[in-house]
Order: sequence, then C-alpha cells, then structure tokens
Amino acid sequence: MTQTLSAPPAKAVSKPAGRPRDGLSYSVYLIPSTVLFIGVILVPFVMNIGFSLTKWDGIGSPKWVGLDNYTKLLSDGAFWSSFAHNVALVIAMAIVPLLVGLVLASVLFDVIAKRFGPRTTAILRACIYLPQVLPFAVAGIVWAWILAPDNGALNAVLKAIGLKSLQEDWLGDPKLALYTVMGVLVWVQIGFPLVVFMAGLQRVDPSLYEAADIDGASWWRKFWYITIPQIRPEIYVVLLTCTVAAIKSFDKVFILTRGGPGGATNVPAYYSYQNFFEKTQVGYGAAIATVLTLIIVVVMAVLISRQNKAEEADS
Amino acid sequence: MSSISVKRGTSAAHRRTPGAWAVLLALAVLAVVMLLPFVIITFNAFKTPAEYSSHGPLSVPKGFYLQGIKDFWNRVDFGAKLVNSLIISGSVAVLAVILSVLNSYALGIGRIKGRVWILVLFLLANTMPQEVLVYPLYFLSKKVDLYDTRLSVIIIFTAIQTAFGTYLLSSVLSTFPREILEAARMDGAGRFRILWRVVVPISRPTLGVLFVFFFIWTWNEFFLPMIFLISNENQTVPVALGVLQGQKMMDATMTSASALLGIIPAVVFFLIFQRTLTRGITVGAVK
Repeated sequence: MTQTLSAPPAKAVSKPAGRPRDGLSYSVYLIPSTVLFIGVILVPFVMNIGFSLTKWDGIGSPKWVGLDNYTKLLSDGAFWSSFAHNVALVIAMAIVPLLVGLVLASVLFDVIAKRFGPRTTAILRACIYLPQVLPFAVAGIVWAWILAPDNGALNAVLKAIGLKSLQEDWLGDPKLALYTVMGVLVWVQIGFPLVVFMAGLQRVDPSLYEAADIDGASWWRKFWYITIPQIRPEIYVVLLTCTVAAIKSFDKVFILTRGGPGGATNVPAYYSYQNFFEKTQVGYGAAIATVLTLIIVVVMAVLISRQNKAEEADS
Repeated sequence: MSSISVKRGTSAAHRRTPGAWAVLLALAVLAVVMLLPFVIITFNAFKTPAEYSSHGPLSVPKGFYLQGIKDFWNRVDFGAKLVNSLIISGSVAVLAVILSVLNSYALGIGRIKGRVWILVLFLLANTMPQEVLVYPLYFLSKKVDLYDTRLSVIIIFTAIQTAFGTYLLSSVLSTFPREILEAARMDGAGRFRILWRVVVPISRPTLGVLFVFFFIWTWNEFFLPMIFLISNENQTVPVALGVLQGQKMMDATMTSASALLGIIPAVVFFLIFQRTLTRGITVGAVK
C-alpha cells in the first residue's frame, strides 16, 4: 500500500532486499509530499502541456491543434520582443546588482566594518536591504506614484531644482518605460547580493589579506585576486537565483506598466497571463508558459554546469 | 561579526583616513537614496488632499492628518486583509516546515536510493514559473470547489515552499552528526522518535530560518493569490493593494496612505526577524 502511494521514491529504492537496515521505511516520510506534489505540480504541469496542444477559450471543449500554437509562437513578434525585455530584466535584476553588490559588500566589509564598527555597517546594510522585504505590489505602488507624469514626486523634484526640461512620462513613454522599470528593479534587488556576499566574506581567511598587505597589494588587486575567487560559491548562488527570478518576473510588470505602453515592457510571464485570462486563448497562453519553463530549465542547467566546471578547475 | 569587533578596538579610530570618511559619506548617500521613497510616502500619507494640491508631494506635512489612512482602511476593510495574509502565510510556513523536515529526514539522513534525482525534481518544482501551473490549477480548483478559498492558496504554496525547503534542509541534514543518531539508536529509539526527539530539536535554528523565509515569501506573493482570491473577503494585503492600484481610483494622498499601510507590516516583520533573516541567508548561501 505504501509502495503504490509513493510511486517515484519507491521505485528509487527498488532493491530493499539488499539494504534491510534502511531503505523502505525512510521513504514512508516522503509520502505526504509525494501526494501533494502529484496534485499541485505534476498533474497541472502535464495538463498545461496538454492545453498547449489545443485551441480553447476555457469554457467550451478544447480542440486539438497539435503543434500549431508553437509554430504560431515562432512568428509572433510580440512573443520575441517579450523575450528581449526579459534579457533587460536579467541585466537589471542579476548582472547590475551582482556587480554593484560585490563592490558594496567588500567596501562595507573592508573599510566601514574595520574603521567605523559593526553597528554602522549593520545600519547601512539594513537600509540597502529594506526594499527586499517589501511585497513588490507595495513597492510598485510607491514607484508608480513617484514616477507619475503630472503630480509625481520625481517630476516635482526636477521642477523644484530648475530642470523642468528633464521631466518625462517615465512609465508612459514607450522609449523610456523599459529603462525606468530596470531602474526600479535595481533599487529592489541590490540588497540581496549585498547581504549574501557580506555573509560569504566572513568565512574568508583573514591571513590571505594580511599576506597581500605585506606584499603591498592595492585594494583592487586584493578585490580581484582574493575576494572574488574566495566567494565564488556565493556569486554563483546569486547569479542563479536572481537570473531565474528575473526571467519569471510578473508582478513587477503587472503593477508598474501592465506590459505597456504598447507592449514596450511586456514579458513572457505577463504575456501568457494575458492570453489565459484577458484574451481567453488558453492554448496559446499554455504554449508560452511551457516555452518559458523550458528556457528557465536550460538557463539553470547551463549555470549549474558552469559552476561545477569552475569548482573542478579549482581543485 | 565577532572577528571584526576583536580587531576593531585596537586602532580603528586611527585608520579613519579622509578616504575612509569619503567612502562612508558615499554609502550614507546611497542609504538615503534607498530610503527616499519610504520617506516621501510617509510624508504624503499624513497630508490633507488640500495641503497636497497646494504644496505638492515634497513638502513636509504640517500636521498629523490621519483621515486619509482611516478612509483607506475602512474602504478596503484592511484589518480583514491583514488577517487573511496572516492566516495564509502562517499556515503555509508551518505546513511547509513540517513537510520539509519529513522529506529531508528521508533524503538527508535516511539517504534513500535515488535521492539525488528526487532532489533534482524538488528543485525543478521550485523553479517552475507559476504561469505553467496556473490554468490547470484554476481549472482543477473549480472542479473540487476550492476556487476562491484561502485553503486553495495554502495548499498550492505549501507545495511550492516545501520544494525549496526540502532542497535546502536535505543538504543541511546530510551533515548531521552520525554519532548522535547512532547513540539514539543504541538507546532503542525508533526512526520517528529519533526524528522528533533528536533531529528536530538540534536543527531548530535552521527550521526557524525556514519558517521566516516561507512566511515572508508567501506574504509577498502576488500572482497566484490574485488569480485564486477574487472575492473581496478572501484577498491578501498585496492583492488588495495591487488591484486597487490598477483601478486608478485613488488620489495621491490615499495612494500614499495605502502604500504606508502595506509597508508597515513588512517593516515590522523585518525588525522582528532581522537576526534570523541574516543568519538564514548565510545558511542558504553556503548551501
């Protein structure tokens, strides 16, 4: 009975005879999650692939169309531009925060903590980390209002300091909107790498730096030859989690721009939502979501294998 | 932290060169820029609409005008939204910690065969975009009469958070000292007893960290709760605020009031959990 319920794990321990001491009875602990995962993740995932092979408005009965939705995707300009925007979000949520976070973390750790004490360091770190704990729905409201064209705070500041000519419709101008969204995302994201890298720096052996000091190495040389190689595991963790999060972005776009103006900030996650619930083209939405999943899995596999190679090269 | 404070006492003040002060100043400016949006919101949440329209968004408020906040609170029944968010995030955090412990006991300590592949499956489940699950879940939840209930969201996020928790906790428990387990076994403790009386108490700090993560992540979720909680009385705080924002029905001061009400719980959690949180990020980073 337990064996049939916990199908995948039970298969994994298919030779209990060889290991009478362990094996079967531990896999009992996986049963509740197995049931939950089959219902909430596995079955819906397979159903979604099924939907993607049909034309369906969500109400009547789905009509089988084979791979039509996928071939339609290939020639859909809106789909391709949504992916280009996704690359911009990866830059704003992973690349820029990673680079800035590295410099900030080592400056805080090296200069501020050693000369101004841990309290000052903790306060500065908390200020920079704070946007991370806000629900983006809330941070988005704040920014949408600051960036509003008529009475927004940013335009009011520009007017107050005599730079009226720089006033813009930050989120409403198709040429600007994507850059504005990127700026907001950098503000949201930067605290995460900072905190992770600072934690990583604490396990670096201080004698490495002392030896470099004796050799008269400059701050940049120490940063490049000691700090970065030493916290490489953290750099990979940040790169992986931030990249995946950026590709999955939905709420940022939903709150700030709804993909607009004119699709200028649309991303695949939002595009699939539009097809599911606004255009009721369920089959097409499901195809977008499936491709999005595939891309995330590929990106993850590439990053993880690079990390493994780098670790092997090290040892 | 301790290693820093040890070094500090000796010559910290001597090394506060002009360069170091410049670095401190630059970081202080950055910190202010990071906080500026919060300050502007707080200013405008306490202004009367008349004061806002005559002095604009940047003036310091002349008094503590609370009517805007009260109006917004009553209009969206904010107290009920807070309760919904607390119920959902709390239940998910408790259930997901329990399931993560059970899974990791089998994978990290039991080391059952095929554990690497099972972990890969959990990791995949965690990285999947929610869009790939949303329509089937929407369809199924209507079939089983769970659509537009808080329970549906609790079940879904318990699965999603458990996927991450299992991945993290399994690697933590795989380094659990074998001697302790062996000693408990000698004393005649069964598997469940060892889990409950030995593994759980010793891992309590990590479990606390997981609880905090799950709670805050679930609290901040927007997409699936927006799809699944359509009626007013079931909505969470982010969903209520996000949906109102989309309707563009609020004036500037009420927008600020709503944002301030959304910020306050997050900052409160942040302050309560800060220690655990910083420690937890370390746990996650080192894997």
